[in-house]
Parts: sequence; structure tokens; C-alpha cells
Amino acid sequence: MAPRVVVIGSGPAGVRAAQALVEAGLRPIVIDEGRRDGGQIYRRQPEGFSRSYDTLYGTEAERAASLHASFDALKSMIDYLPETLVWNISPNAVHLVSGTRYRTLAFDSLIVCSGATDRLMPVKGWHQAGAYSLGGAQVALKSQGCAIGSRIVMMGSGPLLYLVAAQYVKAGAQVAAVLDTSTFMQRVAALPRLLAIPAALKKGIALTRVLTQARVPVHRGVQPVEIKGSPHDGVSGVEVALPGGERLEIACDAVALGYHLRPETQLADLAGCRFLFDADTQQWLPQIDDDGRGSVKGVYLAGDGARVRGADAAERSGRLAALAVLHDHGMHVEGMERLRRELARFTRFAAGLRAAFPWPAKFAASLPDETIVCRCEAITAGELRRVVRATGAQEANRAKAFSRVGMGRCQGRYCGHAGAEIIAAAASVPLASVGRLRGQAPVKPLPVALTEASTEALTKAASTEASAEISE
Amino acid sequence: MNGRFVRLAEQGRKTFAITVDGVVREAAEGDTLMVALLTGARTLRDSEFGDGRRAGFCLMGACQDCWVWTAAGERVRACSTPAAPGMSMVTKLAEAGEGVWPRA
Repeated sequence: MAPRVVVIGSGPAGVRAAQALVEAGLRPIVIDEGRRDGGQIYRRQPEGFSRSYDTLYGTEAERAASLHASFDALKSMIDYLPETLVWNISPNAVHLVSGTRYRTLAFDSLIVCSGATDRLMPVKGWHQAGAYSLGGAQVALKSQGCAIGSRIVMMGSGPLLYLVAAQYVKAGAQVAAVLDTSTFMQRVAALPRLLAIPAALKKGIALTRVLTQARVPVHRGVQPVEIKGSPHDGVSGVEVALPGGERLEIACDAVALGYHLRPETQLADLAGCRFLFDADTQQWLPQIDDDGRGSVKGVYLAGDGARVRGADAAERSGRLAALAVLHDHGMHVEGMERLRRELARFTRFAAGLRAAFPWPAKFAASLPDETIVCRCEAITAGELRRVVRATGAQEANRAKAFSRVGMGRCQGRYCGHAGAEIIAAAASVPLASVGRLRGQAPVKPLPVALTEASTEALTKAASTEASAEISE
Repeated sequence: MNGRFVRLAEQGRKTFAITVDGVVREAAEGDTLMVALLTGARTLRDSEFGDGRRAGFCLMGACQDCWVWTAAGERVRACSTPAAPGMSMVTKLAEAGEGVWPRA
């Protein structure tokens, strides 16, 4: 009998994985949280919107169109479940919720293509209305044709900083400034690795030209000081320290923040995959082999949800993971070696990007005590430091239990990395020894209203945490 | 009232009425609730932890900082919920029948 393969996600990795499975004669089940395919990077605008691929995706228009067309052609040959959240995974079964309807699906093989979200470092005032993630600012424009404000500052580091700023400029938004925490010299030092994918490097340089031509001020090597504003009206300005130490304040009504991306690894965690501390990215990542096999038999990880290497790499790692599934089921496959070779170049390029736009770990230790770290529950850096000192909690989950940092409804997605840095600095221990926040089911808050049939399915599947969350 | 979000494209869409905190506002076909609300107001919702008003953060269903309430008291995520004709939304904790949440 043909193996039952479940693919989570219909971004670049998920679509190419599904395509490879269909080519081999299988009928995979593709589950996606979104209303339409494309993932975040190639997110499709709502039905009835009229902007062209060129307008929406710029230099990536052809790739976006190709991915969407591939998925449209696959639809009759797969079982596609949009607007469906995988909220838990147990051995060989995924637990789903769509609206208020719950169900459980068994699988022989699972390919998790869960994508990435912005990696965030808190700054004083970032909880105020009008502060968004860079990815969020991009979604507002791409998916809804809106700018996040009438005068916008983009702050942080990474390719998305320049991409979103350039997209906003092209769409006619007023970008007040681009404030980059990385330096020009870091970019120069990263150049040899960035040359692994010359076309991508060229596109990056073109983005900075868009900003120069639009006379958008770009400051490099800055340290964020504060997002100014008021509790009732939100953001009114941004203050940074320039490399020479002098302060710069820019008036704005919105700010987009981000320091590159972090993989969404909760599902890999719930599937039981082993995680290892990655010294290069300074984060815990699920262990995978070159083809995307996780440490649990039958579980494969692909795309930015496994390793942040960008959309082009995600298409390849998605396909490669699917070929690995087929191979592991004893089927004959071709092309794995070529995909591995191509991915190695993207891996080198991604390391170059991290060196060019480094995660500013050192900022965590110098955040003023009154800075909110956990946006969900408005918990400050000072409170987290106090808990570390008072209780001796030097491990992420212990510190979370005492401080509630990481316990809020984002489940540590936006405070977890900075929280770990703050704990490490307060306890004077290496970041790796702080550990990582354990993934919890449900991976996102669930609707409270349940149908009776759903409740039965849920009772069978639910962990105790899930039940507690639902019955709140 | 000035809005926070600024419409830059897709401006020719049909519009319909929704109600926000008892005030009738205009939304466009294809708008998420978040866009419908924030094109007409500076903020989206009360923080449950007493630090003021919020306006969402990630726009991709990950941060949960855009929860608002229907008039019937149901909690919805504004960034991933389409606006629909006749919707009546509440953005204030007190009117949603909730107080500031306890932290301990």
C-alpha cells in the first residue's frame, strides 16, 4: 500500500515537497494554516485584488508565479486542508483544528515545512501600538495593500530590513529612515560567503540603490535606545545611538523591527525531534541530516522551519525531503545528489548573511530594566533579571515558570531568544546552558467553542496542557 | 478619526459597514478585520495587562496581539479574520466583560 504522507505548510518547501510526492504517484495531504497557498514569502493576495506579480513580488515575481501555478496544478491530486492548524503531534498522528472542528490524521511520513517568523530583540517601547515586525509590515503591504503608518522607520538588521523598506518606497509609502544595527565592515567580511549565490547578492545591492534614489536616510552600526510614544496613541518616534555615540531621534508613527528570521520549530519539538545548540546562529535547532530527516523516524523537516536559508533553498529542501521520504519507503528516486550540492551553496550564503547582519546578542544585557521583554504579558527585563537572581533559575523553562516570560500567548516566539540572552547575562552563564523553551501543545491558542464530535477527538489526543488551555 | 494603516493600493473595492465599539465604520471587500479597524483608528485593542492600547505586531497569526471581541463576546484574531458586512466588534476590555488579567 502507498505510504500516507502528510505535508505541513504550503509555502515554497511544502509545495515542492507535495509536487515530488505527486510525481511519484502518491496523494499527499497538505495542511496549511493560511487561507491560500504560498506561505508568507509568496503569500497570495485575497481573491479580487488586482496587483500584478511584478508589483507584489518584484524580482521574485517569476518564482512566485511558478510556485502558485505548480500548486494550482497539484490541487486535484492532493488532499488540501487550508485554514487548518496542526496544534499537536503524537507518534504517527497529527491533530488538527479548523474553525471549531477537531480531527486526528494518521501518517506514515510527515514533512514539516512550518516556515519562519521574525527574530526579535526587545527595545524600550516596542510594546506600543504602531511597532510591528518587519515580516508583519510586509504582510500589510503584500496581502492588504496597506502601509503600517504614514511615516515609518525600519529598524533592525538582515535582508528583510532592506527588502521591506524598498517595497514600501516602491509602493509610495514614506520611509523616514532605515536604521541598521550591523556595520558596513561586517558586510565586507561576509562577502566571500555571500558570493556563493551571486544573483542574490546582486538583488540585495539593488535594494539599497532603491533607498538611495528615494533619498531614504540609512544609518548603519546603530544601537536602538527607545521607541517613543504614549499608551493610548502609540508610537511617535525612534531614538538610536549612532556609532560615534551621539543620539539620533526620528519622528514617526510606526516602526518595523526585526533581526533576520527564526525557524518555527514547535511542531518538530512536539513530534519528538532532538534539538542541538547551533553556535553559529546562537539558537537551538532540530537535528536534521543533509536530506532533512529529523531524529524521529518518519519525521522530515524542510524549508526555513528547519534552517533559515531563504525561499529558493526552501524549494530545494522541500523537494529533497520528499525524495528522502520516497527513498526511505524503498522507492527509486533521482536527483537527490544535485539538490544536496545546490543546498550546500545556499547554506554557505546563509552563513554569509548571518555574518553580514549579525544577531545583536550584546544588546540584551544592556536593555534598561523597565524595557518590556514579554509583549504578551508586559513583563520587563528587570523582572526577569530579578527572578534569575532571586531564585537562581538559570534554565529557560525554570525562569519562565517563575517570571512568566515565554508563557504568554505567543509562547516565546518573540521573547524567547532575547529572554535567553538576558538570563545568560544575569546569571553569567553561556547561552547554550540556558537551554530552550520546550514546545507546548496547543502550539497556538485554540477556539473555546467545541462541537461534541470534536470534543471526543480532542479528549483522545489532548495532552494535559491542551485541556487546561481549552477549559480556561 | 485618523487611521494608523494607510491604504496604498487596491482602492477600488466595494465597501460595506461594520460596527466598532458602537460606531459605524467602512470596510472594503478583502480587508482583514485588522485592516478594517486600523484604517479608521490609531489602535486596535486594550492590552490585557494594563500597559495601554495595542495594534497587533506580526500580522501572521504568531503573536496573538490582535485579539478583539465580537459583540457576542467571542474572541477573534483580527489579522487572520476577514471583515464581513454587519460585523460588530469590541476593542475595549471593559466592554468585552473582561478586566485586566491577574498575573500570578
